[in-house]
This record gives sequence, structure tokens and C-alpha cells, in this order.
Amino acid sequence: MLKLENVQSGYGNKLAIKDISIEIKKGEIISLIGANGAGKSTTLMTICGVVACRSGRITFQEEEIQKKNPDEIVSMGICQVPEGRHIFPELTVKENLDMGAFLRKDKEQIKRDMDYVFSLFPILAERRNQDGGTLSGGEQQMLAMSRALMAKPQLLLLDEPSMGLAPLVIKQIFEIIGQINKEQDTTIFLVEQNANQALRVADRAYVMENGGISFSGTAKDMLSNPDIQKAYLGI
Amino acid sequence: MDYFIELFFSGLTRGSIYALIALGYTMVYGIIGLINFAHGEIYMIGAFTAFIVATVLSIYGFPLLAIVVIAGVAAVVWSSSYAYTIEKIAYKPLRHAPRLSPLISAIGMSIFLQNYVLLAQTSDFLPFPALIPEFAFMEPIAHIVGSSDLVILITTFIVMIILTIIIKFSKIGKAMRATAQDRMMATLVGINVNSVISATFIVGSALAAIGGLLIASHIGQINFYIGFIAGIKAFTAAVLGGIGSIPGAVLGSLILGLTESFATGYVSSDYEDVFAFSLLVLILIFKPSGLLGKTTNQKV
Repeated sequence: MLKLENVQSGYGNKLAIKDISIEIKKGEIISLIGANGAGKSTTLMTICGVVACRSGRITFQEEEIQKKNPDEIVSMGICQVPEGRHIFPELTVKENLDMGAFLRKDKEQIKRDMDYVFSLFPILAERRNQDGGTLSGGEQQMLAMSRALMAKPQLLLLDEPSMGLAPLVIKQIFEIIGQINKEQDTTIFLVEQNANQALRVADRAYVMENGGISFSGTAKDMLSNPDIQKAYLGI
Repeated sequence: MDYFIELFFSGLTRGSIYALIALGYTMVYGIIGLINFAHGEIYMIGAFTAFIVATVLSIYGFPLLAIVVIAGVAAVVWSSSYAYTIEKIAYKPLRHAPRLSPLISAIGMSIFLQNYVLLAQTSDFLPFPALIPEFAFMEPIAHIVGSSDLVILITTFIVMIILTIIIKFSKIGKAMRATAQDRMMATLVGINVNSVISATFIVGSALAAIGGLLIASHIGQINFYIGFIAGIKAFTAAVLGGIGSIPGAVLGSLILGLTESFATGYVSSDYEDVFAFSLLVLILIFKPSGLLGKTTNQKV
């Protein structure tokens, strides 16, 4: 579904990702794990067209997207929940969700999708008229994911959904990630520092180090790989 | 008492005009963090467009109402296309430059437009046709509130309501608010930020053009320099109310208009600016972000 081939990108005259290749197939949950500054978020931003791709090819459903604008990429069905959630603080919960569906015109279906995200996260329904900025961290993460779902993405990119959240909330968020993948048939590309959780929910995973991919394989193999255990799982 | 009410209404009229201009400053600042110093010139161009169209139409003997409507539409369209073009030429290429660069570019645009109108038209004051008639029903109170004051107040009020509806409920309005609050995220939900910025410039300049038409008809004369002075005043009002805040711009404008009017009426017109700017200094000392502005921690 999504294919990165020898992609390079970065900021100013620094390359943040060097020559990486990643392939994601329809229906999969793929994790990208790695330390701070390895280039994980930049990878997502490059896929979304926010950071320019310097060389290589990115294809989504056989179509090259590395030269497209971010809004065209969203309209093709790729949606990102960025690191730090980025809720619109002075829009209400409902308006935040409306923004998620910004490019859609099927009003009836949008309403049904909003009911669906409210069923995933009932707390958001309760707070629908509250400003996004007044929500707690966990609620903001739920809202950020719901907003992305409102775009009806085929591929959902999640950047550090567990960051700064209580263990119980993290558990809930990861359950929902699995649920979205199954119920909505949404392919998920998950960037995480919390490697343990990420590998547990994923089918396959890539490990990123200094802007390159250092390992890849099935999540099961990774969980039992002694090198990965030592470096990322703290075992 | 009559004198007080008269000053009060003339202050409100002044404040309404400032508000129509100040909204453009504050909306553009809210979205791209730029003080668009060329905005006053957009207002001046709106007044000139209305002047030319109205003069031509009155030569051909059009009825007054038709003249007002056609001149108004022409001013709005012409000013908006100027603002749209200015943004594309002078600000968009500098979107990722340090903040000072677009600011200097804006000042440059302002000077360019003033001199362009000076050369294309004239440096003299031109008599602006009275587009707002004296209403008969206003006669008993005409010494307190003039017909044009009334028209300006009502028009401004209606325009504000339309603007509020657009910002609050329309899709482009929501996109504007989202872009102002978090531009990167707005991009990620698929908002074309460049179109939102263009739309903001167009809405702001349409308001300024309406202000230009109203005030020119009220005062009865225009020249190339009116945009500079009105622009500075409206900018002051926007800062007073809290730059970036839409209700703040309106509140700041009304306060500024009333202050100037009372200072002129009870002290002397020589001192109106002294009072206006003393008020600004006082408010900024006690509330640095303006009356309704948000305190933001900015990295320097």
C-alpha cells in the first residue's frame, strides 16, 4: 500500500533520514521504533509531504506522492496524528472533529463516523462542546486519533500515541488501535519509543537508528531478538 | 448633554471605521503573525476606487442607491485583488524568512502604494461625492447624530454580524481559526494553508474597502495619504484590544474612537492623538497583551 524506496529528507543542510526503505501492506499494523532523534517523526512528516523528500520514491497505492502537497496526500487517504497531539486549543471537541473531515463532502457519512468515534471514546461525546485545550492529556490523545479517523483514512500514521500518558490510558489507546485496524480495515503505521507496547500490537516492525533502518522483521521475532531486547525493551 | 451625546456618536462612528480597518490587521496577524503595514493603503485604494466609480456613474446620471452599491462592490473587489496580489508578491516568498523580513516588505509595499496613487492620481485633496443622503426622518436630531453617522454605524454593525457568522460557522471560517491556532496541524488535516491565508487577506481588505467608502463619503474628501494615518490608528486600536483577537480589535477601535472624540470635544482637536496614544501606553503598561489579547510565551 505504502512504499518508501531509498528516501532521504531533512532540515536545512542536515539529512535527518538517510536512504530508508519501508513497505506497508494493506491491513497491517507496522511499528517503527527507535531512540530520540533517530528520524522517526521526520519519516512520518516526509510521507505527509510536510518535510520535503530530497531523493527516492514514495508511492501510495502505486501512485508517486513525494512531490504532492500535504492536502493532496490527505485527500488520497493518508492521515497523521502528530507527536504532541496538536489539538486546536480554541476549537470545541466537535469542531476539532469537523476539521478532521475537512476534505470530505459526504455529510451523512460524516455524521455516522462521528457517532462511531463517540462510541470508541464516549468521554469525547460528553465533552463535545468544550474547547479542545481544556481536555486532559489522555482525552486530547483520544481526540487527536478521532480527528484523524474523521478523515476516513486508509492509512493512519500515529506518532508516539503513548507519550506522557498514564499506563491505564496507554493500554486503552493501544486496544483502540487494534480495534480500528480490525473494524475499519485501516492500515496503521505506528511510531513509538514505547517499543514493548508497539511490538505487541504490531504485525511487523522496523528499527530506526541515526536516520537509517537498522533492523526489520516480524514483531514476534523482534520481541525475542536479544539485541533488540537489550537496546529497546530494557530486558 | 446634547453635546456629550453628539461626541459619543461621532466617537462611535470613528471607532466603527477604525474597527473595519483594524479587523484586517488583527486577522492577518492571527494567521501569519505579520503586521501588514500595507493594509492602510488597501483602505485608501478602496476609497479611491469608490471615488472614481462614483464620479463616473454620477456623470451618467445613475440613481444614488445604484451608485453606492456599484461603487461599494467595485471598491471591495478592487481592494481585495490588490491585497491578494500583495500577499502573493511581497509576503508569500518570505513565509519562512525571519519575521523582520516580511515586516520590512510590508512597509515597502505601503510606501510603494502611496506613491503609486500619488503619481497616478494627484497629491491634492479630491472632493468625494456625498453618497449618503440626509434622511428626512433624521432632521429633528440632525444636530446630534448625522445621517451618515447612522449609516456608518448600521453598516458596520451588519458587516460585523456577517463576519462573525463566517468566522464561527462557515467552513472557511473554521479553517481560518484552525490555521491561526496551529498551522502545521491545519496542513495535516488537509487544509490548504495558502488558500486560507489568501482568503484572510481578501476578507480583511473587503472590510477596509467598505470602511474607505464610508469614511470618504462622510468626510467628503480623499487623498493618497489617508491610508497611512487611518492605518496607524487602526493598528493602534488592534494592539489596544489585543492583536490577533477579533472582538479585541472591535473593542479597541471603539475605545480609541470615543477617546479621540471626547478629547477633541472637551479639550482641543490638537490633543486628540496625545490622548489616544497615552491611553495605548497606559493599557499596555497594565495589560501588555492588550485588552482581550492572550498572553503567549514566545521564544526570542
